[in-house]
Amino acid sequence: MIDFTVVDLSRLQFAATAMYHFLFVPLTLGLSFLMAIMESVYVMTGRDIWRRMTLFWGTLFGINFAMGVATGIVMEFQFGMNWSYYSHYVGDVFGAPLAVEGLMAFFLEATFIGLFFFGWDRLPRVGHLAVTWLVALGANFSALWILIANGWMQNPVGSVFNPDTMRMEVTDFMAVIFNPVAQAKFVHTVSAGYTTGAMFMMAISAFFLLRGKHIELAKRSMVVAASFGLASALSVVVLGDESGYVATEQQKMKIAALEAMWDTEPAPASLTLFAIPGKNGNRFEVKIPWVLGLVTTRSLNTELPGIHQLVDHAEQRIRNGITASADLDAIRKSPTDKVARADFAQNWHDLGYALLLKRYRDDVQAATPEEIHKAALDTIPDVATLFWSFRIMVGLGFYMILFFATAFLLSARNKLGENRILLRIALFSLPVPWIAIESGWLVAEYGRQPWAIEGVLPTFYAASGLTLTDLAISLGFFLTLYTSLLIVMVILILKAIKAGPGPQDVAIDDVDGAVQIPQGAFAHPER
Amino acid sequence: MNTIPLDYETLRLIWWLLLGVLLIGFAVMDGYDLGVGALLPFVARSDDERRVLINLLGPTWEGNQVWLVLGGGAIFAAWPALYAASFSGFYLAMITVLLALILRPVAFKFRGKIKDPRWRATWDWALFIGGFVPALIFGVAVGNVLLGVPFNLDATLRPSYAGNFFGLLRPFALVSGLLSVAMLVTHGAVIIAARTEGMVALRARVYGRYAAVASIVLFALAGLWVSFLMDGYVVTSVQDPLGPSNPLNKMVTTSTGAWLANYGAHPWMIMAPALGLLGPVVAYLGLKGHAWKTSLLGSTLAIVGIISTAGLSLFPFLLPSSINPNASLTVWDASSSHLTLFVMLLATIVFLPLIIAYTAWVYRVMRGTVTATSIGRNPNAY
Repeated sequence: MIDFTVVDLSRLQFAATAMYHFLFVPLTLGLSFLMAIMESVYVMTGRDIWRRMTLFWGTLFGINFAMGVATGIVMEFQFGMNWSYYSHYVGDVFGAPLAVEGLMAFFLEATFIGLFFFGWDRLPRVGHLAVTWLVALGANFSALWILIANGWMQNPVGSVFNPDTMRMEVTDFMAVIFNPVAQAKFVHTVSAGYTTGAMFMMAISAFFLLRGKHIELAKRSMVVAASFGLASALSVVVLGDESGYVATEQQKMKIAALEAMWDTEPAPASLTLFAIPGKNGNRFEVKIPWVLGLVTTRSLNTELPGIHQLVDHAEQRIRNGITASADLDAIRKSPTDKVARADFAQNWHDLGYALLLKRYRDDVQAATPEEIHKAALDTIPDVATLFWSFRIMVGLGFYMILFFATAFLLSARNKLGENRILLRIALFSLPVPWIAIESGWLVAEYGRQPWAIEGVLPTFYAASGLTLTDLAISLGFFLTLYTSLLIVMVILILKAIKAGPGPQDVAIDDVDGAVQIPQGAFAHPER
Repeated sequence: MNTIPLDYETLRLIWWLLLGVLLIGFAVMDGYDLGVGALLPFVARSDDERRVLINLLGPTWEGNQVWLVLGGGAIFAAWPALYAASFSGFYLAMITVLLALILRPVAFKFRGKIKDPRWRATWDWALFIGGFVPALIFGVAVGNVLLGVPFNLDATLRPSYAGNFFGLLRPFALVSGLLSVAMLVTHGAVIIAARTEGMVALRARVYGRYAAVASIVLFALAGLWVSFLMDGYVVTSVQDPLGPSNPLNKMVTTSTGAWLANYGAHPWMIMAPALGLLGPVVAYLGLKGHAWKTSLLGSTLAIVGIISTAGLSLFPFLLPSSINPNASLTVWDASSSHLTLFVMLLATIVFLPLIIAYTAWVYRVMRGTVTATSIGRNPNAY
């Protein structure tokens, strides 16, 4: 039987390593573009300050990128290590975008990142600029393929369950690639990354200006970051709405949960501004009429189902899934049974719902009505957590639009560097995009529970049969190593910021005197 | 699917070959980074010497490491059953590899940022671990595959594993692990000898020759072990190469020396072990005669030969099961669907040549000897 402690620890490990990895990804996405913009200005105008800006932000980018690479390797292997049944069950569909990510995107990004750092004096200006753009392009392609994979987990299109191989198989790759959820998520996520890069640049430049240091670099960086940040922050929210719209088709339960909407309301549904969600309804709520219905369905008369109604629907699908499970057994006993195959083709869509019963019994076809009801209730995610993380994300999203709009207006009047209040706000806003992003992932992934693949494969059923010792060791190592590395990284970033851009050629003080060391030094190894 | 222009059997064979190409690509490209990492404390003794080695890898190691990431992704996409059973089965070994590989990128980036000798020595050992440990464990894993892995599949094809971490450390697997280290250290030493000068290059030539000799001895030892002491696996029922990927539809037995069966049936395959023995000899001679092109050819051929030998001996097996041989994974029953294999092949045909082309260009731009002076000119050097 399934060991639920192992499942929970596996979930904890995956969530921790993924959220940790995603501390670095958005900054890579944003800074790579900002650096490419700065270097383009350098190549077009020939003014050295823009090259020094590229070098300085590049140093911080490099430290961040190393952490992103180090934690990204873990992500690639963890599916097989901790989620082996998942890997078997959906590898035919889910593995492909991951492999294409490597082929098309990560190779590009990682191959040229070395030239970005080491190629300054070996390439003509335009050549190096092309390298920088290729790094940015690679990072963004990378996000595209990862979000195609993730989008399929939210909305598993273009595939069918094959009873002969006991897994999901692709029927239509174009549907997987152009999955509307994946497309919306891609734009939403990379825009969030651009916003993060812009906020990072604003905050550090503001720090320089408040200290009266590196004025030329900081002012120019702020001008670039303010306009880039405003465009990105607007795009996050506008296209965030787009992913809300898409979710109503496939993920009604997620929408209902993050709005804490327990019962279907007459259309258009009202938006809950504040509530204290409990286990079976809200203890207190403040609502704005109409707004939710308008935003998510873009119509006045489309009804949004409430949590209780969706549970009833899930119960129906579980019963249907039990039929599919019986058909599957019949096919396995006699692979040529045409009747069972035809019936299975009708019902396989609900097979995943029957798997929810595996929490209560191994033989799902013998499930009692109580068990079916319990399994249906399991489809409700953690309403209070979703409700609040969604509001944190949206609130911070609007805050960032306001912030960047103000910064943009001030910079248009050339007063950005003088407004000390804004500079202080910029400095203290540094963590804002990260909080918004991690809340966003919480909404997307925690809100998908109990599913690993929406409607197809429950999370608990997808885990590897590892032991508690395995998980204790791996989780312990990850937490220790990741925490230490984060501390070291923050120290190094602060050191690099303190050192600031070098006088002319030098990005940071680590040239180390190696320039002065004569060749002869090789003859005296310091053993 | 009758719209797919290649049949399922051919695609499975192509993807078996591509699996080999990716593993060889990883060993040739990232392998020298691992080898140099493992050699770092021994070949380079002062901080300047170590910086020479680190900056030799600096511009290209990130791209090289993608061979590993792509290998993982391609196994996931093309051989999902293999990905599921092996990565979960070797859990703690994989965790060890991951921890070592996490240390590597940060060690490269962080080491140079602070000028304290203890700080730098710490990251030097991190780079050593990041090179030596993955090289060893990947070899141990391949050794275990040849021995058979204690995994099983239930009727829903859920893999379960009956072994533990210390169970991986069987004598043959350790020989295989050491062979992997020797092979990659030879390769790393060849690169150091080719691209540095002075004491570092001199020491690399010495260590490289030791490692080449060790490769020959260990490879020969492994060959004798496989021939006379070890059970190989044989499929005894008829397997349909066009059938659905379900590993439970066949019968398998074991017999001593069975891993040599393919060489009897197809004598041309003996080329692979021959290269595995010849390659290190060529590398040795090249290192001795200061002929870096010869030594590079030798260490590359050694990798091609040794990895191909493992693959050809196992064929059609990918992962034999020691506790339920019938559940072993083979080329004919552990692949993705016909459509996925085809689409992934198209993606590979488009992107792999591009990758090779731009990687070659980057190496061209960064060519030349790395010295303390050449590092000093670059503000971004590690």
